[in-house]
Amino acid sequence: MTSVDPSETFRQEAQDLLVQLEDVLLDMETSENPHDLIATAFRALHTLKGSGSMFGFQDLAAFAHVVENTFDRLRKSGIPPSAELVATSLSAKDYMRQLVLHPETAEDSIGEALLAELQRLDAEVPMDAPAPPAARRATYEIDFALPEDCLLCGTNPLLLLDELRELGDCEIVADASAVPLLDDLDPEMCTLRWHAVLTTDRPQSAIEEVFMFVLDEMTLSVRRLDPDKPAKPAPAPAPAPAPGNTANFTSASGAPPTGIRVAAERVDSLMDRVGELVIAQSRLRQIAQASHDPTLRTIAEEIERLAGELRGATMGIRMIPIGQLFGRFRRVVHDLARDLGKSVNLVTVGEETELDKTVIESLNDPMLHLIRNAIDHGFEEVGARAAAGKPTAGTLTLSARHAGAQVLITIADDGRGMDRERIRAKAVEAELLPEAGEIPDSELFAVIFSPGFSTAAEVTSVSGRGVGMDVVKRTIDGLRGFIEVASEPGAGSAVTLRLPLTLAIIDGLLVRVGSGRYVIPLSSVEECVELPVGSGGGSDARNLLNIRGDLVPFLRLREMFAATVPPDPYQKVVIVASGDQRVGLVVDQIIGDHQTVIKSLSRMHADVPTFSGATILGDGTVALILDIVNLIAAGRALEQRLKAS
Amino acid sequence: MTEHAREVLILELQSEIFAIDAHRVREILDVVPITEVPGSRPFVSGLINVRGKIVPLADLRLKFGMPTPPPTIDTRIVVIETEVDGETTAVGLIADRVREVTELVADSIEPTPRLGMRLRSEYIEGIGKRGSDLIIVVDLQQILASTPEATPRGNASPGNDPALRLGA
Repeated sequence: MTSVDPSETFRQEAQDLLVQLEDVLLDMETSENPHDLIATAFRALHTLKGSGSMFGFQDLAAFAHVVENTFDRLRKSGIPPSAELVATSLSAKDYMRQLVLHPETAEDSIGEALLAELQRLDAEVPMDAPAPPAARRATYEIDFALPEDCLLCGTNPLLLLDELRELGDCEIVADASAVPLLDDLDPEMCTLRWHAVLTTDRPQSAIEEVFMFVLDEMTLSVRRLDPDKPAKPAPAPAPAPAPGNTANFTSASGAPPTGIRVAAERVDSLMDRVGELVIAQSRLRQIAQASHDPTLRTIAEEIERLAGELRGATMGIRMIPIGQLFGRFRRVVHDLARDLGKSVNLVTVGEETELDKTVIESLNDPMLHLIRNAIDHGFEEVGARAAAGKPTAGTLTLSARHAGAQVLITIADDGRGMDRERIRAKAVEAELLPEAGEIPDSELFAVIFSPGFSTAAEVTSVSGRGVGMDVVKRTIDGLRGFIEVASEPGAGSAVTLRLPLTLAIIDGLLVRVGSGRYVIPLSSVEECVELPVGSGGGSDARNLLNIRGDLVPFLRLREMFAATVPPDPYQKVVIVASGDQRVGLVVDQIIGDHQTVIKSLSRMHADVPTFSGATILGDGTVALILDIVNLIAAGRALEQRLKAS
Repeated sequence: MTEHAREVLILELQSEIFAIDAHRVREILDVVPITEVPGSRPFVSGLINVRGKIVPLADLRLKFGMPTPPPTIDTRIVVIETEVDGETTAVGLIADRVREVTELVADSIEPTPRLGMRLRSEYIEGIGKRGSDLIIVVDLQQILASTPEATPRGNASPGNDPALRLGA
């Protein structure tokens, strides 16, 4: 979608504002000093109202106006909002989201009820609250110049001056020195500056608040005058103002980091082009290596470097910090804990960890599910926690960190931990695990991701139906990631998702099996060894390899892929790791590493699970990318079949 | 093109003459290296590179129970665009020979006779006549629909182990 639809732009902007509003509201409950937060909420609401009415979202504007009024009153009174008010505001935020995204489905009655509730709570806020005690009567000298185009943007300087006067005894003098001569005067430009001396008992931040909507573009300098000194500063340098007393706002400071909005499709198409460039470049490299022309080689190397950098930069565009995702769960945790009568603190670590946008988007549902599970099953009731000697409020930790080319995302709770016996019993009942024998934790916990598996005694609205964990597994598999589960009875559980940094390009190991060439994702390759001569030429032999004392089973890809050309005399084995199991893949030849641009297989090959995608090699032919997990599963099945026959 | 004429591409599969809608055809290529996909349905067992895009290669001859001799100098790959499970997908079709683009008068296309057809009739939209030739109009949508059951069994070419499908 390249055409500019202004209301679409507004929708995006409004959503950002609503997310910001939600964050601020959630912070308000715990913050020591909610004043700044209230101001931020007020600003977000004000912008929402303003741009809403500009783009024809009249219902939204009207609604936001009422909510804004409430926050305006709060802001002026300096009283922290009640929990009830925060809760209602959160619902109001949800309603506004509805008005932005699907105005036609928004129920007026809900909006009216919310407004009535807000007004009721609003009335409880005392109008003439005692002024914040911190403020001492002081005199400020204020110099300010509004942005030249402020009149065009609808700012009325007179109102600002009036607002300034309301703060206390105020003398304002206009400074016309910057006004051009009549010939050059553009009446739509505001070239006047003002100088004011204000004596007030309000804090200095109150002055800045007057200008809060133009603060980012204007020049404002506020100097606090020593009460003993004359109001006009002496020409001799006055004692240097204490740090923090002079606030100088220019467009450079205080402005949020600038950025541009780019449609995701454009980034995707850029990534496609870069992918094709990488393919073309690897062809060039092959040709250059075969030739003895030093100039050609130099150019090929240059282009290789540039293509690599371009690839990195393009991938960087697609990367977004995972904090955006974590932020979405704050509300979920808040609401769920409240509904279930539990007390849960959400701690997030490593929000700045960057991950491919598509990965982040697909992580929403699985993480939501894991979080729900943790809150519903993981945390004990408040009473039980106290009895166990734990703090009554549980801690849910969402953390993210890089580990090589992977990102580890952990959802950890300090609840009761998983009940191994119960999982085992349920799994045996469902014939997922054998009844006897020692079962390692990894296998035991893997069971919880089986479809339909649930140990919950009763089904709640939140979880317990046994639907979902298998979906989590499937989503993570689809992202070529792994799930690890750790749990300590009484101390809590942690689910770790191991995900690749990006879905677009991977480092691969190119191998040949028969006449076909295949890519093995390098992230799962552990080592390459030669298949010892005589270790079972035929398929009936024992398919085990001795790797430094460990027995590693291996799969003959020639058999799995039904290769027809005669095998190479010296077969190679690529040892791959899948989860914590190691498997050898026997191939004819190891060609080398390969920058693999992943292209997905079409729907026509959706029934072939052994390949996760395909890539184009330097010579223009197509090579398939092995899906290690599914390949091993298929190999096992083939082996079972051979054994049975 | 009048309302009653359909623009079609005429191609040969073995000795039969087939027609596919010309507006679906994206390009016609000489035979390129084909990558086998082990474990896939024999009918779509290959992948080709069409200018940077990886495109599945379908062999309609298998759908009609015809023999599949190796490519000759006349063999072409017809790249078409079609909807598979609601997604627009490019698919390559092997043709033993591509003849021409022509118009078939819609009225001359008759529904598939129930009897007397050696070919599976569910993949055929109708039979057209042009001169003395009988032209089989292929129902591409139907033939490429990705239901694995529709594959005639027992025609697996080497390199396709059905066990892989069952196993996974």
